[in-house]
Amino acid sequence: MDSEDEIGIDSGNSSDDEDYDFMQVDEIQRQSGNAQDPVEYPFEVLTTEEIVKHMLDCIAEVNNVVEIPATTTRILLNHFRWDKEKLMERYYDGDQEALFKAAHVINPYVKPKRESKTFRCSMMEDCDICFLKYQYTNMTGLQCGHRFCKSCWVEYLTTKIMEEGLCKSIACAAHGCDILVDDVTVMSLLTEPRVKTKYQQLITNSFVECNRLLRWCPSADCSYAVKVQYVDARPVTCKCGHVFCFECGEQWHDPVQCRLLRKWIKKCDDDSETSNWIAANTKECPKCNVTIEKDGGCNHMVCKNQHCKHDFCWVCLGSWEPHGSSWYNCNRYDEDEARAARDAQEKLRSSLARYLHYYNRYMNHMQSLKFEHKLYSSVKLKMEEMQQHNMSWIEVQFLKKAVDILCQCRQTLMCTYVFAYYLKKNNQSMIFEDNQKDLESATEKLSEYLERDITSENLADIKQKVQDKYRYCEKRRKVLLDHVHEGYDKDWWEYVE
Amino acid sequence: MSTGSPSERRLRKELMSLITTPTPGIRLDSDSISKNINEWIVEIDAAKGSLYEGQTFQLKFKFNDRYPFDSPSVTFIGQEIPEHSHIYSNGHICLSILSDDWTPALSVQTVCLSILSMLSSATKKERPPDDLIYTKTCSKDPKRTKWMYHDDTV
Repeated sequence: MDSEDEIGIDSGNSSDDEDYDFMQVDEIQRQSGNAQDPVEYPFEVLTTEEIVKHMLDCIAEVNNVVEIPATTTRILLNHFRWDKEKLMERYYDGDQEALFKAAHVINPYVKPKRESKTFRCSMMEDCDICFLKYQYTNMTGLQCGHRFCKSCWVEYLTTKIMEEGLCKSIACAAHGCDILVDDVTVMSLLTEPRVKTKYQQLITNSFVECNRLLRWCPSADCSYAVKVQYVDARPVTCKCGHVFCFECGEQWHDPVQCRLLRKWIKKCDDDSETSNWIAANTKECPKCNVTIEKDGGCNHMVCKNQHCKHDFCWVCLGSWEPHGSSWYNCNRYDEDEARAARDAQEKLRSSLARYLHYYNRYMNHMQSLKFEHKLYSSVKLKMEEMQQHNMSWIEVQFLKKAVDILCQCRQTLMCTYVFAYYLKKNNQSMIFEDNQKDLESATEKLSEYLERDITSENLADIKQKVQDKYRYCEKRRKVLLDHVHEGYDKDWWEYVE
Repeated sequence: MSTGSPSERRLRKELMSLITTPTPGIRLDSDSISKNINEWIVEIDAAKGSLYEGQTFQLKFKFNDRYPFDSPSVTFIGQEIPEHSHIYSNGHICLSILSDDWTPALSVQTVCLSILSMLSSATKKERPPDDLIYTKTCSKDPKRTKWMYHDDTV
């Protein structure tokens, strides 16, 4: 395997020319980027204003082809989760009346059934909400023909928006009527700026959430959204600096795939604490495998499972019967039956032990990653200190670079444990584990260098060491990822699930 | 007559129409309202031909000042709580129009009619399967329960 050959070639050949060094580092990074993503993955980061503009463009684009009111177009697009092609296809191929009905709008080509009411123009109308009488002009309604007074409409919409947080799915206020209120009607009726703003936020939010090609940056307090041309499990970088997987929205998790990561996170959420406790405090009934907690001193166990009720000895897990009164000798200790029971128990235990093995390493890197973020501030101090020791600004940048790489390596290592947990053993998986081991030990060394005190005496020496180490780490990380990716292409990986 | 808050105004209008044009089988306990317009007690007579024929039940309506935009809280009270698969023994009712499907165009009268029709469509007198656990754990106010509507046939 050629990846093995690369181990160690990088140490000790760094140049004295600092500028050249930086170029080289950038070069390595660019190359590694290219290798990871053989095809470029184009994406755009949009501000709220750009999202709104994009939404209006989508509507206009459809309206160029389909001549229906923009308000109806918006509801239809929402219905198709902003998939223009699907809308066009259904619009021209299918039953249009059924389409409008499914999207809860009135077919705009059908004249509203309001003729019967028009003659009442001069008459007073009852509002079914406040039960007061109004002039025709003070009443309003949608194409469905249900009319209420304007102040009740405002109150109704305000309640739906402010209290229920609804936007695209506000239906007519009449009981049993599911015709949706369009955005123009909402905006023209509302007067309070607070409610209008909230409504627009909700509309934008639902646009982003419905649209497959858009995703909010999951980072806290970030209001950007990322737009892609096609959905893929690829890393995207928000303007706020957060790097995440477009497909699943989790922090970028190469080399493990979204599906397994999701499964892993769920597993960890479900049972990490519980399984720790189970491992320490329980055994399984040797007959029916139900988990048993021993809550008294007596070692004569009777399984509480109503269908089992097996009598056994807590210590040797053998059947209780032969223990009799002379149980303290546990004279049946080596009996085959008891051994078989213990073997079975062992097997169950080992699957838990296996999980805990990966879980602990995964959590450990996650924890370290959190600490490394603190490292940035301490490194910044060191960089300032070094600048007072006759080093230029550019000469001390290697430290920040080293922390960047350290974090990347930790992030990758963390995910390799998820990958490894689900991986079936074969020759390739062993190569993967070697790569993992190598990257891990190099990363730990780099971490140690950075946490060690940097004094003026060891400055030149430590710089050399740090630079060598982070280049090595970077290279090993790339080797590991390339190997896993090659495995995806060539179907090397088999999973235990 | 149009004094007071919008919710009181609307309640008074509803009151008037219940008194002037009563619906058979729906009676207002006017004593209850004389004290507080935001709490009504309404008596309903089960429909002829239904399992509950001949029985009269009491419903308590509580309105807040967001009424009719916010739904009223409606529960059965008194000695007799109808035995129905959507009515808990503490009087709470599992009916979509009382929460998710509430619209301000509904009223006391339409709610009563819906409840009567719910009673009429019952084929068996029984409590909801989770009655025991629900009544032990629920909030006093049925509006705070997150209802799941799995059966709209009864």
